[in-house]
Amino acid sequence: MNKIDTRGMSCPQPVLMTKKAIEQNPDGLDILAGDNTAKNNIKRFLESKGFSVEIEECSDEFLLKARK
Amino acid sequence: MQSKKGIIATGAALGLIAVLLVKLGNPANMGFCIACFIRDIAGGLGLHQAAVVQYLRPEIMGLVLGAFIAAVAGKEFSSRGGSSPMTRFFLGIIVMIGALMFLGCPLRMILRLAGGDLNALVGIFGFIAGIYIGVLFLNKGFSLKRTYKLPDFEGYAFPIFNVFLMILLICAPAFIIFSESGPGSMFAPITISLAAGLFVGFLAQKSRLCCVGGTRDMILFRDNYLLLGFLAILVFAAIANMATGMFSLGFEGQPVAHTDGLWNFLGMAVVGWGSVLLGGCPLRQLILAGEGNTDSAITFFGMLVGAGFAHNFSLAASPKGATPNGQIATVICFAILIAISLANIEKTPFKTKGDM
Repeated sequence: MNKIDTRGMSCPQPVLMTKKAIEQNPDGLDILAGDNTAKNNIKRFLESKGFSVEIEECSDEFLLKARK
Repeated sequence: MQSKKGIIATGAALGLIAVLLVKLGNPANMGFCIACFIRDIAGGLGLHQAAVVQYLRPEIMGLVLGAFIAAVAGKEFSSRGGSSPMTRFFLGIIVMIGALMFLGCPLRMILRLAGGDLNALVGIFGFIAGIYIGVLFLNKGFSLKRTYKLPDFEGYAFPIFNVFLMILLICAPAFIIFSESGPGSMFAPITISLAAGLFVGFLAQKSRLCCVGGTRDMILFRDNYLLLGFLAILVFAAIANMATGMFSLGFEGQPVAHTDGLWNFLGMAVVGWGSVLLGGCPLRQLILAGEGNTDSAITFFGMLVGAGFAHNFSLAASPKGATPNGQIATVICFAILIAISLANIEKTPFKTKGDM
């Protein structure tokens, strides 16, 4: 599964990067988020696009697994 | 808190508290104004000598410390920085110059409209135009690059600075300047202003309230989450103003405002564009700085210096209207915004699997 790294980016770039990435990966992808705000924004965006999202937390960072 | 109810509750509380602060002494339609209050702090510290706008506004310290408390309590405090700090410093100056052309930050723009000031509607059109330009550059790949984790003290430094400002306000040593007339001499009791700031700062950290994010996210993603907060401030402040007899519809004779539509529009266009490049409005920068984001703290100091420039060089507008120097400065701000926007477009696509 392809993966993008949005850690440390200002709003709204984590969501914008996700938006561009799902255009190239319509079946799903993994997204690294560096904080709660980015995690929640990305999750809300992906769910609005019909993805299911599973989140793994590891030392204050998050791996979002988006799947159609 | 990151639910639609949470953001609406935050906006409602902010709108109601803003009107209460005016009732208790703050200047009209200025329960909160991040730009005006940072400008007053710049004056109180002697960074400019505009005698009518000098006071150490405890709402600012409250917002930062409220966000700090919320972030620590929620285990979200994180000392970070390194995302183009000098560029952010200059964007802070630019946003302040634009805000002082309009006479308010995006938050006061909403509060002015909620008080019936139709000049703010012109400001909102400019604000949306500025955001739209910023979004065009975001879509082209604009980025101030990522932040990195920093030693804990870096993140604590700005909240500690705000504690020092509170001590200076309470002790009032002779070198701190307090206006004897004008908006700077009008303020709610210190304890109430501080408590209001702490409460709103706490809620804003939890809900991620951002005045620029609402319009930006609607344009980019059709996401109305932050816009609901923006609208809640407007609706609840308007209701409170009407209930307390402080609603006055019209363009003329509005408090701490001018009627020059072109410069109201252009001032807020600068603020909208600059805030999109920064990743959040002036209020959001304070909240992020309270969470340990040193880039946002640097943006605050850019706004502080910008306020000094704005009054030392006669760039700030007044109820009489825009100054010639302010008009030139606004045009220069647009030129710098274009340069910053173009200079920070990433050519390379983001990394995917295999190269991380």
